[in-house]
Amino acid sequence: MTFSPQLEARFAKMLGDYPPGRQKGALIPMLIYAQDDVGSVSAELVQEIARRLNLRPIEVDEVVEFYSMLHRRPLGRHHIQICTNISCQLTGGDELWRHACRKLGIGHKQVTADGLFSLEEVECIGACSWAPAIQDGYEFHHRMTPEKFDQFVDDLRRAATPR
Amino acid sequence: MEDLLHAPHPLETILLSRRFRLENSASIDTFLANEGFAGFRKALAMSPDEIINEVKSSNLRGRGGAGFPAGMKWGFVDRKSSKPRYVVVNADESEPGTCKDRVILQYDPFRLIEGCLIAARAIDSERGWIYVRGEYRYLIEHLNQVLDTAYRRGWLGRNIQGTGMNFDLSTQSGAGAYECGEESALLESLEGKRGNPRLKPPFPAQVGAFQCPTVLNNVETFAAVPDIMLRGGQYYADLGTPKNGGTRLLCISGHVNRPGVYEVRLGMNMLEAVNGLAGGVAGGRALKAIVPGGSSCPVLKAGECDIPMDYDSLARAGSMLGSGGMVVLDETADMVKFLARIMKFYAHESCGWCIPCREGTAWLKKILSRLDEGIGASSDIDTVDQLAVNMFGRTFCPLGDAAAMPTMAIVRKFRPEFEAKIRSTAVFVPAPGTRPLPMLE
Repeated sequence: MTFSPQLEARFAKMLGDYPPGRQKGALIPMLIYAQDDVGSVSAELVQEIARRLNLRPIEVDEVVEFYSMLHRRPLGRHHIQICTNISCQLTGGDELWRHACRKLGIGHKQVTADGLFSLEEVECIGACSWAPAIQDGYEFHHRMTPEKFDQFVDDLRRAATPR
Repeated sequence: MEDLLHAPHPLETILLSRRFRLENSASIDTFLANEGFAGFRKALAMSPDEIINEVKSSNLRGRGGAGFPAGMKWGFVDRKSSKPRYVVVNADESEPGTCKDRVILQYDPFRLIEGCLIAARAIDSERGWIYVRGEYRYLIEHLNQVLDTAYRRGWLGRNIQGTGMNFDLSTQSGAGAYECGEESALLESLEGKRGNPRLKPPFPAQVGAFQCPTVLNNVETFAAVPDIMLRGGQYYADLGTPKNGGTRLLCISGHVNRPGVYEVRLGMNMLEAVNGLAGGVAGGRALKAIVPGGSSCPVLKAGECDIPMDYDSLARAGSMLGSGGMVVLDETADMVKFLARIMKFYAHESCGWCIPCREGTAWLKKILSRLDEGIGASSDIDTVDQLAVNMFGRTFCPLGDAAAMPTMAIVRKFRPEFEAKIRSTAVFVPAPGTRPLPMLE
């Protein structure tokens, strides 16, 4: 399995960040960085990471199952994560979530037919003072409203449509 | 990066945040021109014991939630150990209502490096990690650049500034798990495992990262240390109240006019924070309740909020200062819905290691969602209370307690709201093709 040269360089540096014989420490960051590089944590990726860290595949799988940001299947090109935890709930997060489901025509952890968007209702993302907040991939968007969300989605759709 | 700052407020006490609003505040040159590494330079002339005593005298208490005295924690590390000693920064910031570490990492990351260097000097460590929640990827990339600069300029690595001291520091990404904010689960994750908690004792000071003695503190705790070195433990202690030293960042959110991250002295009056700093309750409505320090802290009713905000005063009021995540609820807030959302969170984040928490949070979530949907039974209210009572104190880590404490507080303080929802005829209408939980009395 091949990764981008940037990711290989990152991996090479990371392996030096742990005490001798403790390279398993790199497992979780490697999984998330590799997921971003190749799209999802496929069975092939599990084998590859296990080989590189000298682990049994089950040691990788048990970790993949634990962490909520690791996904077995590819997400949309824009993975929209909407926080509905308390600070966002009090400032309209629930309404925003329902609005987003209607706007995109998908629900929790679903992907649009064109693969452009996926949607996830997430727990607190650390944007409480700027609530309600969403993330598009890793990018924060603060003080979101249904109107701003429509604009945001329409802009992304337009940008993705070939002219 | 989105701007997270607001204009400084006259009620703030600006110490830790004093570089935030400088131009290019995250650059090493701005840092060095504004007392950067001056605390570390002072620490270099001190013995490890002197550093630890200075931190002890500052009355700095852990800013992550538990409020344990930081100097004491550092003092527990066995510096004579034949094993290496490690420094670990908890930047997993996941407690609902908390968004302060993000501001430190974005605007003054070198302050954190300086705090780590001082801790490393105090316990004679040559290695550290900054464990950052995976959702903060932009901050991980930002920190990686900052660390590179620190290496290039000789503030990390071999023979730091010609002193003979060695210290390596790197970032470690999480991948989505609230549980990894608990220190022993964080260490498991750092070792490449599922984030389940460890049995304590031994505490991380004896057996921490990679089974070696470890100092593990929150970002803000490390970030407070440079000023303690620079201005003295006594100066820092005097800013706060007895046994509660210094200033802290307060993240105010919810129903207020000016939500934001503010720096305040420990001991500031809670109502002053809401009405002064945050500009009062939004829309001129009445205050109903405050969650003082993140979702795990028992809520205080409006009438209970006229108190100083420090660890001991909040403990006397039956709550906690926690992580500084202050969530304000006005008179329109639906407390049943609020608690149901809190429990949905804990049920999702319970790591499953301890049965009382794994089963308790899932069961509470079911009962609370049917209460919220208006199809609960009157016996449900006592069941909720009893479940919380029986979960409390019966788990390896405090996640079970964190779920139990707000439950007991809300169900006892706002019981009439639960009863009203049961009596209400406004029953939740399920989405087409689904049915409500078939759990009527």
